[in-house]
Amino acid sequence: MQPAAPERLDHALLKNYVLDHAFDEMFAGPDDLHPRYEPVFNRFCSLPPGELQRRKQAAELSFLNQGITFTVYGRGDRSEHIFPYDLVPRIITADEWAKVERGLTQRITALNMFLKDIYNDGRILKDGVVPRELVYSCKHFRRQMVGLQVPRNVYVAICGTDLIRMEDGEFVVLEDNLRVPSGVSYMLTNRRVMKRILPQLFRAYNVRPIEQYTQLLLGTLRSLAPEGRPEPNIVLLSPGVFNSAYFEHAYLARQMGIELVEGRDLVTHDNVIYMRTTGGLRRVDVIYRRVDDDFIDPMAFRSDSILGVAGLFNAYRAGNVSLANAFGTGVADDKAMYAYVPDIVKYYLNEDPILQNVKTYILTEPKSRQHVLENLDKLVVKSVGESGGYGMLIGPKSTAAQRAEFREKILADPRNFIAQPTISFSRAPCLIGNELEPRHVDLRPYILYGDKVNVVPGGLTRVALERGSLVVNSSQGGGSKDTWVLS
Amino acid sequence: MLSRVADSLYWMSRYMERAEHTTRLLDVNLNLMLDESGTSSDHRWKRMLLALGSPEGVAFKGDPYALTDRMSFDTEVPASILSCIIAARENSRHVREQISSEQWHRLNTLYLQVTRPEARRMDRSEPSDFLQQVMEGVHQFQGVSDSTMSHGEGWQFIQVGRYIERASATALLLEAYHDDLWMLHERIFEGTEYLEWMGLLRSATAFEAYCKVYTADVTPDRVLEFLLLDENFPHSVRFSIDTLQCALQAIEGGSGRSRAEPLRILSGRLQASLHYASVEEILRGDVVGYLREIQMQCRRIHRTMYELYIQYSIQTALAG
Repeated sequence: MQPAAPERLDHALLKNYVLDHAFDEMFAGPDDLHPRYEPVFNRFCSLPPGELQRRKQAAELSFLNQGITFTVYGRGDRSEHIFPYDLVPRIITADEWAKVERGLTQRITALNMFLKDIYNDGRILKDGVVPRELVYSCKHFRRQMVGLQVPRNVYVAICGTDLIRMEDGEFVVLEDNLRVPSGVSYMLTNRRVMKRILPQLFRAYNVRPIEQYTQLLLGTLRSLAPEGRPEPNIVLLSPGVFNSAYFEHAYLARQMGIELVEGRDLVTHDNVIYMRTTGGLRRVDVIYRRVDDDFIDPMAFRSDSILGVAGLFNAYRAGNVSLANAFGTGVADDKAMYAYVPDIVKYYLNEDPILQNVKTYILTEPKSRQHVLENLDKLVVKSVGESGGYGMLIGPKSTAAQRAEFREKILADPRNFIAQPTISFSRAPCLIGNELEPRHVDLRPYILYGDKVNVVPGGLTRVALERGSLVVNSSQGGGSKDTWVLS
Repeated sequence: MLSRVADSLYWMSRYMERAEHTTRLLDVNLNLMLDESGTSSDHRWKRMLLALGSPEGVAFKGDPYALTDRMSFDTEVPASILSCIIAARENSRHVREQISSEQWHRLNTLYLQVTRPEARRMDRSEPSDFLQQVMEGVHQFQGVSDSTMSHGEGWQFIQVGRYIERASATALLLEAYHDDLWMLHERIFEGTEYLEWMGLLRSATAFEAYCKVYTADVTPDRVLEFLLLDENFPHSVRFSIDTLQCALQAIEGGSGRSRAEPLRILSGRLQASLHYASVEEILRGDVVGYLREIQMQCRRIHRTMYELYIQYSIQTALAG
């Protein structure tokens, strides 16, 4: 596809607003403002200069005062930062959302069936739809889960799927997060701040509410309680105050009214999990765990972990405690497995996938590998085990030395990498200084899968705040904005 | 309430109380230095270290400002003001969701005040501003704790921490002064002792309160009576133990532990002994022994409370 020549827009607020081949959420063309953005645009034009920045600062101050911060690893000082907040809402129409919602529901249903299958009968492997070695070589595959009965067959109860919009405006899936997806607290607090900062604008739209999320989450967790526990004691297990998402753990626990526990608060006796309270030991029935598989039980997984609970896996196996998500779900969000999800959907549901994937090269296949190695300067290479934007090569922006380094790495361990074309995902207007400029955005909706599937309308829109950047991760200069799904 | 949360609240509160105590002793002794008296400055500073539990590795080497600097800012010294405030904040961070925003804000502000590098540079020669700031910070924290946090179980653990620390610290303070005040059987005073007695009272913020009860006529046995046995003064040992007992009862009632008897007996006995003691009787006997017994009982209460609510074994918990 031939990129269109960049076009500038003639407006005081839009001096740096450039349109090119990437999909723009606000403008279909230079004079073609999408109707859904009209009230937003008019409101931003009507505010006196400086007022926008003043409101933005008010928003950021309110984040800081509420302690809504995250910790960045690897900078030595373990400093606390606020997640930069952008004032311009991202707007999704009812029709667009309806399709996304159906697509996400379909996908999580199929992925749960897939997990049940590979940990039990392995039909999909026998039928050769998914290569056996891809499953068994995945470092998130948990042998311990084989043959184990999981409550309601729910492996993934809480999911956050990363979507992007292609140049034609279609939503496609970039990544499934099936282990311990985070960010939902930002979705909720962004909305709260937005209602306070721009209340009239918010009222001018019919925005579907998202505040019910915590209640739905609690309901989902309750639906997973072991048999015969009508008043289940549900807790949120956090690695503790040094974890980058600690704010979110505390926030969700408080919003749901459940106890926030750490590994050292829990003990196991006779395959039953208890928490230590001042009133004695209290039995725990459901654990919403925000600790990775590796660290959650030193007896079953990594023995050097001090974050987990010794004996938790056995209690789980005995059916005395439920976990959300189950162990071993990471095998289905492995970046190489991702390429097979459309086949997985078709295999179990006999339906065409509603949401498409991004083209992905599996590097264990010699032909694909050859192609990728020859085109490293055009592709994005990702390490399958990493997340948060680490361990990535962005071809067009890489140096020869970086490409050589990745070539070595790929040849040494092709299973550990995948490659995708460089995608110009969509851009949405953001407030930069006193003007609007387009920035790349993605969308992470949150899906709950318990006795039924709930997708909260909206999700977390992450923004790559640096001009031209495609990296939206909070650890690497990303920000976020409120997402409005119209009814 | 989770045992870990109770533990953090308890220590947060203890460390704040300890920070205030260290601060006040430094302030009072720096102030006393300005007046001549029979007691040498050397002796006073050594006595202060004794009252702070003789922190390891800290000795008075002739320079009061150097000592003040260490006891304020040296994080190697666990009793230093900075160490205590850092420890208190660390504990509060772990229970950020259990305390009120005002408490967190107050404690965090104090932490930021004392940890910024200028705090130490500026206050090397004129420490009293700094000390004043810390005392105010701690008082504000205690004030918002009482007025913004719900007085449920968590708050009761804060009370336990504050008053167990206060009772032990006051008993230790009295012990440190023993040789200077109650050992003088002949009771021949030279006139300069008055400063010492005032210093002792001020070390427990008790001077004004004392005067209201006994007038400015200060005598050693009345000082002892006031700091040990006064019913209404919040820094007296008796008041501290009364409040402690109250908090322990509230916790016991709320948490429904049936095994609380040993703790009830310990604290109840200490409380009763303070209620029915008379200062004449104490002075006739072994004063130091009496004061040490109080500290010992406080340690025992701490241990028993831990075994009951925080570090109990799984077997006992399952059995009872």
